[in-house]
Order: sequence, then C-alpha cells, then structure tokens
Amino acid sequence: MTLLQVVVGGLLLGAVYALFASGLTLIWGMMNFINFAHGEFVMLGMYAALLVVTWLGGGPALFALAAALVLFALGAAIYFGLIRHVLRGPMLAQILSTFGLALVLRYTAFWIFSANFVSLPQTALSGTLSIGGLLLPVPQLAAGVAALALTAGLHLLLTRTAVGSQLLAVAEDREAAMLVGIRPDRMQALAWGLAAGSAGLAGALMATAYPWSPSVGATFGLTAFITVTLGGFGSVPGALYAGLMVGAIQALSAYWLGPIYKDVVVYALFVALLWLRPQGLMGRA
Amino acid sequence: MTELRVEHVEVRYGELVGVADVSLRVAAGTAVALLGANGAGKSTTLRAIAGLAALSGGRIAWGADDISGGPAYEIVRRGIALSPEGWRLFHGQTVEQNLRLGATALADRTRLGAALERTYALFPRLGERRRQTAGTLSGGERQMLALGRALMSEPKLLLLDEPSLGLAPAAVEALYDALGSLRRKGLTLLLAEQSVPLALAIADYGYVLQGGRVVLEGPPDELARSDGVRGAYLGAGVPAR
Repeated sequence: MTLLQVVVGGLLLGAVYALFASGLTLIWGMMNFINFAHGEFVMLGMYAALLVVTWLGGGPALFALAAALVLFALGAAIYFGLIRHVLRGPMLAQILSTFGLALVLRYTAFWIFSANFVSLPQTALSGTLSIGGLLLPVPQLAAGVAALALTAGLHLLLTRTAVGSQLLAVAEDREAAMLVGIRPDRMQALAWGLAAGSAGLAGALMATAYPWSPSVGATFGLTAFITVTLGGFGSVPGALYAGLMVGAIQALSAYWLGPIYKDVVVYALFVALLWLRPQGLMGRA
Repeated sequence: MTELRVEHVEVRYGELVGVADVSLRVAAGTAVALLGANGAGKSTTLRAIAGLAALSGGRIAWGADDISGGPAYEIVRRGIALSPEGWRLFHGQTVEQNLRLGATALADRTRLGAALERTYALFPRLGERRRQTAGTLSGGERQMLALGRALMSEPKLLLLDEPSLGLAPAAVEALYDALGSLRRKGLTLLLAEQSVPLALAIADYGYVLQGGRVVLEGPPDELARSDGVRGAYLGAGVPAR
C-alpha cells in the first residue's frame, strides 16, 4: 500500500512535468529550437501565482489562470523581441540567446524576490483526501489532475482544431503555409505563448504544493529537457508518458534510496537510455 | 476582370540571377504557358508572382494594384493561388486537414463547406481518402490534393508549377482533364511546364524562357512550329521532349 501511495504521488507530480515539457516539445516541433529558458517560465509562473494571491486574493482557479495569461503574453513578447531575430541565425546564436534569456529571468527574479524560499499562503486547496485507503494531499491531487487534463487539452488543440492544424502546417513547411494564407510569425508567436503559458500554469499548480526560490527554474528546465528527450522531440503524447515516468521514478528512488538521490537516479537512467536508444523511448530513429 | 501584368521583373539570389528580365500578361479567363528548360526561370517567375521571391527589379500588377514582393499570405487573399513545384503537401495531416488549410485565405468562412464539396466532386478519390494522412497518398492523388488545396481559396488566377512532374501517364491525363474543366468554368491559369505538347494543348498563349529572359512568345500553334522553342531547350543543355 505504501508503495502504491509513493507511485501515485510520483505520477501526480509527473503529470505537471508533462504539462511544462509539452511546451518545450511544442517549440522544438515548431521550429527546431531548444528553449533553455523554459524552466524559468515555470519559476515565473510560481511567482505570478504568489503575486496574484498576495495582491488580489482569490482561489487556485484565478491565480492559475492569471499565471497562464501572464506567461502567455511574456512568451509571445519574447518571440517578437528576441526569438524572431535569431531564428534565421546560426545554431550557436539560438542557443546563446535563450541561455542568456534564462540568466536574465533567473537573476531578475533573485533581484526582485530574493533567494529565500517562499510558499503560497494556505489556499482553498489543503488537507488530505482518502481514496480507497490511499492518502492523497489535495494540492498535489488537484495539480496532477489539472495538469493531466491541460496536457490532453494541448494535444487536442494541436490535432483537432483549425489553429492547431495551422501551427503544424507552419512547423512542417513554412513556405507552403504562407501560400495558403497563414502568417508564420503569428503562429510561431502563438506557439511561444502556448509553451510559456503552459509552463507558467504548471508552475502555478506546483506552487500550491511545494515551496520554491528563483533557482528552481534550472532544475525544472533540466527535468523538462529529460522528459522531452525520453518522449521524443516534438511529441506531446510522448511528453505525457515520459513526464509520468520521470515522476514515478523520482518518487520510487526517493522512497528506496532517500530523497537526495531522486534526481541522480533520473539523470543516470537518462544517460543510460541515451546510450541505448538515442532517439528517445517514443521517438523514431 | 482582373489582369496580371509582370513588367521587367528581376530576381537575384545573392550573386545568382533567378530571373533577369521577364515581362508577361495574363488576361482574365485565359490559360498561359511558361515554357523553358530546367533553370530557365519558370519557377522563380511564379514564386515572384506568388510573393515568395523578393523582386530586385521591375513590378507585378494585379489589376490596378501593385503586388510586387508579396507577402505570400496577402497575395493568396487577393485571389492568386500557387500550387508549388513538388506539391509541398502537409504530409503529417489528413487530406481533409490539407484542404481546410487551403481555405485559410477564404474571407467568407461560410463558403468552406461548399468549397470542400466542390473539391470532392472534382476529385472523388480525395473524398474516399479524406481521413488518410497526405503522406500515404500515391503520386497522382498527391497532385489532386495539391490542386484541390490551391482551389480551396477560390482563386481567380491559379499558378501551377510543373504539375505533371513525376506523374504516371494516366495521372497526367487525369490532371489535364481536371485543368481543362476548370478552364471551361472560367478559371485563369498560368502554368510552368517542361512538357511542351501538354502545355500548348491547354494554353491560349505561351512564353518561352531561357536564361531568365523571355526569348519568344506567341499563340500555341505558332510556338509549336517555331525552331525557337526547340532552341530554348537545347540551348540550356536539356533536350526537348
């Protein structure tokens, strides 16, 4: 029973990993571009949630939505202000631009919020739910379920709607997309907005359950990168499976080996997997 | 009725000249052929009209409007659609998604359903395969989808770049049947085609390009008799078919 409890807890956190990894995989799928500032979007989502709760009050639905909207706008602004200009440049310029962006965002957060760990004040989401003998903390449960639904929603947006179809069209063939009347810039800005927005939302969901400081972005960025690599670059369902797996592996290694080893185990498995299956678990060679 | 006028257009890619000096006219309701060997500038001319290639000289007028230099997503909204060389389908998406994408430029969204039905009526094969991804289609079906996608924006002028390239003879015949019926319904055509007999069979007028310039023009029967057409192909090192 304890083991099941551990696995379910891991899967709930894994669902949140899946949500913010989906954004990273979307950017990669759209423009073969690795965003090294993605973890910082998650971190900013956490602070956006904190500011909304502190200034406006309101429940989880409000601050999660606010974090998503603020980060969506930031993502689109970053596309027009930075990404668009380095997209045609050499690979090194692309890597350095988002690496620099990550540093700017992280240290701006240090400057504004200090390096201290903070957490959300008690919200409506507290307490523990007992389901069939499993004890589930409500914040984790709500975050996991919401993240699962939102990741599925992002997948449906891409595969079932006209806008998703236009996004994928630009990803596959920019010129052909222009010929049918699509403005690639708008679609790419939308992709950056969706990526940052889903990362910010994931951050807000995690803020209900965990304390954080500005440096968490680095850890989340790495987690997102590992998740996307495991799931295969450009695949939202792949990111979902891989996110759940990473969450479960982390929880199990914390349980068996102790909490300080949870990341080491994930990274070691990641290196082993790259060795054996460089295309990722779901990716094709 | 809107007329397309290309006036002394020049397109350079760095040091390379894609088109040196091309002028042509396409009157409403006519079919015009661009002939010439590989590398003569046919594709570049079409890409310049569609707004994909930037002009380094000259101008392109569509009726009273100057449409030089695009952008492509505005040109298609003005009623000029290009079906590009190699068809450039969205291979990961279904036949129907490709067609719906083709209607992106359609200002009146209520016409989308009718446009889909018309396309499926023209190519029943596409209707049968509407849920299949474009990447699974045969060559002939891909050409139908490329043409269908270009028609979804309800263009007044359709630009076709090497539509028959790589097709089996039966598929070429089906394609030119479809183009013939579109013509009779009043669609204006400008097509680049390496196959001279095919192009001249459907066109009212033709231009022969060589080295990025128009070297010869005239009605099809004149061009068919002319040594210049053969010369334009031989001159670029590619034998006439």
